Amino acid sequence: MRFTLNAREVELNVAPLARLLDVLREDCGLTGTKEGCGEGECGACTVLVDGEAVCACLVPVAQVEGAEVVTIEGLGDDHPLQRAFMDEVGAQCGICTPGMILTAITLGPRPSLAKIRRGLAGNLCRCTGYEAIYRAIHRAS
Amino acid sequence: MRTAVSRLELLQPRSLQHALRMLRDEGPLTPLAGATDLYVAVNFGTLDSTRFLNLWGLEPLRRITLCGDTLRIGALATYTSLIRSRLVRQRLPILARAALEVGGVQIQNRGTLGGNVANASPAGDTLPVLAVAEAVVVLRSVDRERRVPFAEFYTGYRQTVRRPDELIVGLEIPPVEGRQWFRKVGTRAAQAISKVVIAAVRGSSPRIALGSVAPTVIRLSQVEHALGAGAGMDEAVHRLDQDIQPIDDLRSTADYRRDVAGNLLQRFWAETGGLSS
Ligand SMILES: Cc1cc2nc3c(=O)[nH]c(=O)nc-3n(C[C@H](O)[C@H](O)[C@H](O)COP(=O)(O)OP(=O)(O)OC[C@H]3O[C@@H](n4cnc5c(N)ncnc54)[C@H](O)[C@@H]3O)c2cc1C
Ligand code: FES
Ligand code: FES
Repeated sequence: MRFTLNAREVELNVAPLARLLDVLREDCGLTGTKEGCGEGECGACTVLVDGEAVCACLVPVAQVEGAEVVTIEGLGDDHPLQRAFMDEVGAQCGICTPGMILTAITLGPRPSLAKIRRGLAGNLCRCTGYEAIYRAIHRAS
Repeated sequence: MRTAVSRLELLQPRSLQHALRMLRDEGPLTPLAGATDLYVAVNFGTLDSTRFLNLWGLEPLRRITLCGDTLRIGALATYTSLIRSRLVRQRLPILARAALEVGGVQIQNRGTLGGNVANASPAGDTLPVLAVAEAVVVLRSVDRERRVPFAEFYTGYRQTVRRPDELIVGLEIPPVEGRQWFRKVGTRAAQAISKVVIAAVRGSSPRIALGSVAPTVIRLSQVEHALGAGAGMDEAVHRLDQDIQPIDDLRSTADYRRDVAGNLLQRFWAETGGLSS
């Protein structure tokens, strides 16, 4: 099967019902996408499919055939959100961070605090606390 | 343990008709839409089927249109598309409201209305809305289409009248007159399954439906009748107690659910009174 991964065409021979999360980590070697709960609750595995945030733990890889997938690696190392998370100390263990950043990208320019809170409701953080995360997103926008 | 996905089979139809033929000729198959229920089962290892039919690419099933006076919502319409749809916000704002309270944005981007209906959980958040809207479930097999009134779709706990060779292709919503009202009570606003969920319409005769208080979503016909005939709130809450059969489970207790259901009923009536529309 084929899809676009971080702006590159990939062709893979994988089980059609494999979780996108496992294909990214194990077959593509992109371990920036994290697994927290494995059941759609925590958002650690968030990636973008055709520009929309989804939980990679709940997506059968066959359903991204022909789609554009973006993982945290696709942002390079110097995206304004990445810098803002560093500057505001919006990460501690960092497991939630890739998912937070990718969800934040979909919020559009200058989101209000209410919009940030609602938009990130499906991304849980167990260590940093949400204030620094919201500040980072606010600062980057 | 997680289900070994390498042993699962996926059929990939090219069109709706192709999908229906596969269901008839190569079944039994489990339809796979946004996978937000099915892949939770994969994770828990509780999936009971091994052969799936991928619906995700069937674009015509995503449409939301107005046909005469009837709002038609394709089974594959996601929560995000319900929230964004002007037609839905105009005709059935409580459906957009319910969609906003499902999961987080990641779940809203994938989860579908057809999946919520087919999954047949008593806690499905769109189900009370469809019940008070008196929606029609459109089922199709290779050689026929049938329209089932929402009130007849569920036959028991997680049981529906859908036959294995049928797909839900959409929901039809007739015009709804009166003020629409929706509340979901859960542990938090997002990402929580309902403890109690209510949808109601204050029209010439009130319509009220509750989720998570019985084996299926239910219309409170006794309460509706009493309130429509001018009964007081005490009488209505008394009837409510007879209409519902809540249970103790992981998320809440039967007693709490009874109290909350009574409070929601009172709140609906108080907030929609005095304003005619
Ligand atoms: C973290 C999380 C939070 C959630 N929060 C909520 C919530 O707040 N409220 C709520 O109600 N639900 C919630 N859900 C459950 C789920 O998202 C919804 O039930 C969703 O609508 C299911 O749709 P789907 O397309 O993902 O279904 P799938 O998982 O693809 O399918 C679900 C079932 O429906 C069947 N099916 C799907 N489409 C069809 C069709 N067209 N015809 C026939 N059968 C079909 C499948 O065979 C399967 O049995 C949540 C799930 C998760 C993981
Ligand atoms: S790992 Fe996917 S949502 Fe938690
Ligand atoms: S930084 Fe550890 S979970 Fe958020």
